[in-house]
Amino acid sequence: MNHTIHFKVNGERYDLSVPGHHTLLQVLREQLVLTGTKNGCEAGECGACAVLMNGEPVNSCMVLAAEADGAEIVTIEGLAHDSQLDPLQDAFIEAGAIQCGFCTPGVLVNARALLNRNSDPSEPEIREALVGNLCRCTGYIRIIEAVKMAARAGKEVAG
Amino acid sequence: MRPFDYIIPKDHAEASALLAEGSGAARAFQGGTDLLIRVRGGFIRPERVVDLKSLPGMQEIRLGKDGWLVIGAACTMNQVAIHPLVRERYDLLAQGTASVASYQLRNRATIGGNCCNASPAADTAPPLFCLDTIVELYGPGGVRRLPIADFYVGPGRTALQRGEFLTSIHLPPSPTGAQGVYNKLGRTKVGDIAVMSVAVYAWPAATQSGLTWRIALGAVGPTPLRAPEAETALAADISPAGVVAAAQLAAGASRPIDDIRASAAYRRDMVRVLARRGIEKVLDLTGLRDLSGLGGAA
Ligand SMILES: Cc1cc2nc3c(=O)[nH]c(=O)nc-3n(C[C@H](O)[C@H](O)[C@H](O)COP(=O)(O)OP(=O)(O)OC[C@H]3O[C@@H](n4cnc5c(N)ncnc54)[C@H](O)[C@@H]3O)c2cc1C
Ligand code: FES
Ligand code: FES
Repeated sequence: MNHTIHFKVNGERYDLSVPGHHTLLQVLREQLVLTGTKNGCEAGECGACAVLMNGEPVNSCMVLAAEADGAEIVTIEGLAHDSQLDPLQDAFIEAGAIQCGFCTPGVLVNARALLNRNSDPSEPEIREALVGNLCRCTGYIRIIEAVKMAARAGKEVAG
Repeated sequence: MRPFDYIIPKDHAEASALLAEGSGAARAFQGGTDLLIRVRGGFIRPERVVDLKSLPGMQEIRLGKDGWLVIGAACTMNQVAIHPLVRERYDLLAQGTASVASYQLRNRATIGGNCCNASPAADTAPPLFCLDTIVELYGPGGVRRLPIADFYVGPGRTALQRGEFLTSIHLPPSPTGAQGVYNKLGRTKVGDIAVMSVAVYAWPAATQSGLTWRIALGAVGPTPLRAPEAETALAADISPAGVVAAAQLAAGASRPIDDIRASAAYRRDMVRVLARRGIEKVLDLTGLRDLSGLGGAA
């Protein structure tokens, strides 16, 4: 049985017909061809599929698309605005926090959510917030550095 | 994933009727963090999932007139962990919910799903056992209430009957001066499922030691377990020797198994260690540690 859902993705409205058992991840990637969001494990473990749902990060592999009816979704494609990168994206490039890049969309989305709720996180707070994002390349140190850099940059803009 | 229908029932009666239809054909669904994994793994094959989240009260936390705190079954772990009343009066439960998986998973995983999944390792269970929690169920026969210990029946098994579902979790008023500590052992410092866990809770009372105790153990039995002998021993004696003896009694109450995450012997010994740490921390928090003669020793 299909469901009609109305939702916003990166500010744009969509009306879609989705099967009950399809996940938000599947619909984003396969129906909307927003392939920035990655499918790593489909088990809630790796965080590569993280998106913002009504402002909060969720693993889109663990959300049914039908549940997103009425929701506002932000994917990695929605972080940059008018070809202006999110300060986190600049910091990731600057710090060399990306290697193969597979984990990066999920890490960025989740780190954006962290900075939205806590503009000046401590290192333990950054580590705690990113515990559900697995990266097999970087060893995490540069990712943590990049989040700190972005928080500092945010403070300079704000202050 | 094997196809299923997704249904949002309009009220409790419809939800119950949908769940009662067919044997195992319909499954209650909240955060889906256990359910979807089991469907993907082919362990269950529901024809429909019934999303209970938007039924009235399911996502609400409210203080009842009688002073009980009522938590809707579909409240997420994050919602419970940051709620001011939970933090102020039931910090032990805030610790348990905050220890689940990762921040983004805690935005989906619900407290009710954690109970209904009935894993002996469920992180909300040891806190809920210590807090003398009552759960409320809705079903074809109406509403009934059960102590949490009677709700957990076995690994993955609850007291839920056909067509019944969990609506809310009721916490009695917290005694003045109550303190609790949840200690969880995982393979990593944060974010991992419990190898085993211990919740310790105490409040000032007219006992020999000045405190009444609750100790509950996770992942060392077919269900979460209380450790009544340890609780009784601590009501009588909180001297350093009394604490060591009580921690040993807690280990004795455990009934662990060997599995991929740890051996039974290791789990039992870790109950002793985490129980001792938890008891000492609770004595610190209640300000009774110095009186107990433990002094400032780490
Ligand atoms: C990566 C990962 C890490 C995890 N880490 C932890 C951890 O550290 N600690 C921990 O305790 N758990 C952990 N879990 C397990 C899971 O997240 C929790 O048990 C969670 O609380 C389940 O809630 P849910 O709302 O997602 O349940 P769902 O998956 O929606 O439901 C779980 C079960 O309960 C039934 N059910 C749900 N709601 C009701 C209801 N109201 N009435 C009757 N039956 C109902 C469902 O039919 C299903 O059988 C983890 C899971 C994943 C995927
Ligand atoms: S793909 Fe969703 S958490 Fe790994
Ligand atoms: S950069 Fe390769 S997995 Fe993180």
